[in-house]
Amino acid sequence: MTAVRCIDLCKTYRQGEEDIKALDHVSIDIESGDIVCLSAPSGGGKTTLLNSIGGLDRPDSGEIYIAGQRIDTLSKSGLAELRLNHIGFVFQAYNLIPVLTASENIEFVMQVQGRSRGERRDKSEEILAEVGLAGMGDRRPAEMSGGQQQRVAVARAIVSRPTLVLADEPTANLDSKTSDELMELFIRLNETHGSTFVIATHDQRVMGYARRLVKMLDGRIVDDIDQQAA
Amino acid sequence: MSTTLTVSAALAWRNLWRNHRRTLIMLSAISVGTWAMIFLTALTQGMVTDMVRQGLAVLPGHAQAHHPAFRDDPNIVNLLPIPDSELESRLVGGDFVAWSTRINVPAFVASERETRGVTLLGIDPARERDFTFVELDTIDGRFLETADDTGVVIGRKLAETLETRVGKRIVVMSQSPDNEVADRGFRVVGVFRAELPSQEEDYVFVGKATVQKLLGVPDRVTEAVVFGNDFRNPEPVLGQLEGFVSADGVTAQSWKDLDVYLSTTLAAMDGFVLVWVIVIFLALSFGLVNTLLMAVFERIREIGVMLALGVKPAAILLQIVLESMLLLGIGLLIGNLLAFASVELISDGIDISMVADGMEMMGATSRLVPDLRMQDVVLANGVVLLLGFFASLSPAWRASRYEPVEAITTVQ
Ligand SMILES: Nc1ncnc2c1ncn2[C@@H]1O[C@H](COP(=O)(O)OP(=O)(O)OP(=O)(O)O)[C@@H](O)[C@H]1O
Ligand SMILES: [Mg+2]
Repeated sequence: MTAVRCIDLCKTYRQGEEDIKALDHVSIDIESGDIVCLSAPSGGGKTTLLNSIGGLDRPDSGEIYIAGQRIDTLSKSGLAELRLNHIGFVFQAYNLIPVLTASENIEFVMQVQGRSRGERRDKSEEILAEVGLAGMGDRRPAEMSGGQQQRVAVARAIVSRPTLVLADEPTANLDSKTSDELMELFIRLNETHGSTFVIATHDQRVMGYARRLVKMLDGRIVDDIDQQAA
Repeated sequence: MSTTLTVSAALAWRNLWRNHRRTLIMLSAISVGTWAMIFLTALTQGMVTDMVRQGLAVLPGHAQAHHPAFRDDPNIVNLLPIPDSELESRLVGGDFVAWSTRINVPAFVASERETRGVTLLGIDPARERDFTFVELDTIDGRFLETADDTGVVIGRKLAETLETRVGKRIVVMSQSPDNEVADRGFRVVGVFRAELPSQEEDYVFVGKATVQKLLGVPDRVTEAVVFGNDFRNPEPVLGQLEGFVSADGVTAQSWKDLDVYLSTTLAAMDGFVLVWVIVIFLALSFGLVNTLLMAVFERIREIGVMLALGVKPAAILLQIVLESMLLLGIGLLIGNLLAFASVELISDGIDISMVADGMEMMGATSRLVPDLRMQDVVLANGVVLLLGFFASLSPAWRASRYEPVEAITTVQ
């Protein structure tokens, strides 16, 4: 099944006199359950593509489908609904709400979704153990390391079983050992939960973990490598 | 919606205590502001209430009945057309806290030394004891005992002016209905004190029956006065009084009509309280809006994260408004408690005799007892909550309008 389908996406930003093509006729299909890395040098269009897929940003033209549903035509609140129920986000840093503990951060999305207290508690405990943070649910973000915080962010992104998890440079603020651990976590969660991951990065180590590597340059897809076959 | 509310409320509460210092400063400002609103209003109301009570005890009561011409010409000619015995038998049937019928006419009093113009009150002392402004327990000599009492009771100031005292005689002169001078010597049986020097100067008490005899108007009076429970609401007793006398062509009026100065002062107080509360709130609102704007600005990034996760802008708006209402709510609570405690602390009144000479011109006494009125408290709290709600809308709206993509990438 196709989790994501992008058809001919274009997005142009104006910077002074210049038109910058952040997305230049991008078309891509992503299979359900895949782990895809978007790699590009800085300014290549990774974030723009990721945000468009996640309904945080809108392309100027083209069509985007998530699990068969067209989303680029949705209203603002329709997009919020989509993000809440179908997409998990992991950002580069400062992902967590500082006044909430790790458990509360994980429960936050479920709470907004209107899940019951018992369900939230069970799931957050379960997922905390899964990301290797059992017993740390009561800590606030400020009391955790960068790697631990990113694990909580990943746990929050995946806990309500979204169709798609989008991670924008999730390892940018982590050292190499912690980056490896985070990527191993993605792989493990992908295997156990079957979620689809799309990870934007320009970190070579991260690319090594992906089953599929999509390379972009100046808003265009320039290479698409199936790394499993290799 | 209910989960949105719980989530927003929890976040609002936590965020409130994130910057302790700022929150505590703002709380103190709101508390002190609220305290000032309520406490100072209670003091001012106390002053006005006192002024009105004093005013009402002197003459008008809560409502009075007169001959229609009496107000323009308080002359013995303008007697009530109803015999006093008949009037009293009607008033007994009424639901009044107190009532009395009197003769109230201008007169002169003279000693060997001095002559003074006064108001002569012919009263039944048994009826007036309960509400007279005369301080009965500090009286020098005695008060009148019956309506037939042949003594006269005068104020301390008047006694000084006339250079007379208990036991000496003075002459009281007035006019009879047929324009003859009626005069008679009276023995001073009592010299009274009152809250206001003017009360000690202007009023002379004589038994009602004695005055009727002096002026040649047996069984007649010039006014009936009644008291109800609440001087702010004289209508019930006025209505009854009207029912008793209007058929005889007698005019009944409430004190609000009889003493326009007092009643407009009282009415102006409500407007004054509102203006006072709003002025204090405006001073507070700058701090409040600024605090909220800072709080929102510091949190752009996490607001962006929440929006990105799919939280509705309305929920962000709700969260900031709740944060503001919590801040105001706690500040109001502390401010109210402080104000209630302050009022309790001085519930016996504070001595303001140092400035009382000035106050007396306004008819207030030298002891200021705060009057904490629930409707003022409700007004102050209501105004703060309502205006606070509107003041917090702009920062909250701003927070809810962030674009998640931009908010997340904001460098802080
Ligand atoms: N809001 C914006 N306004 C103007 N130009 C923008 C905006 N967002 C992105 N761009 C431009 O669009 C191009 C693609 O940006 P994008 O952020 O998608 O690249 P990226 O691959 O994520 O880069 P990085 O590795 O630096 O995160 C860049 O040239 C960038 O400067
Ligand atoms: Mg980027």
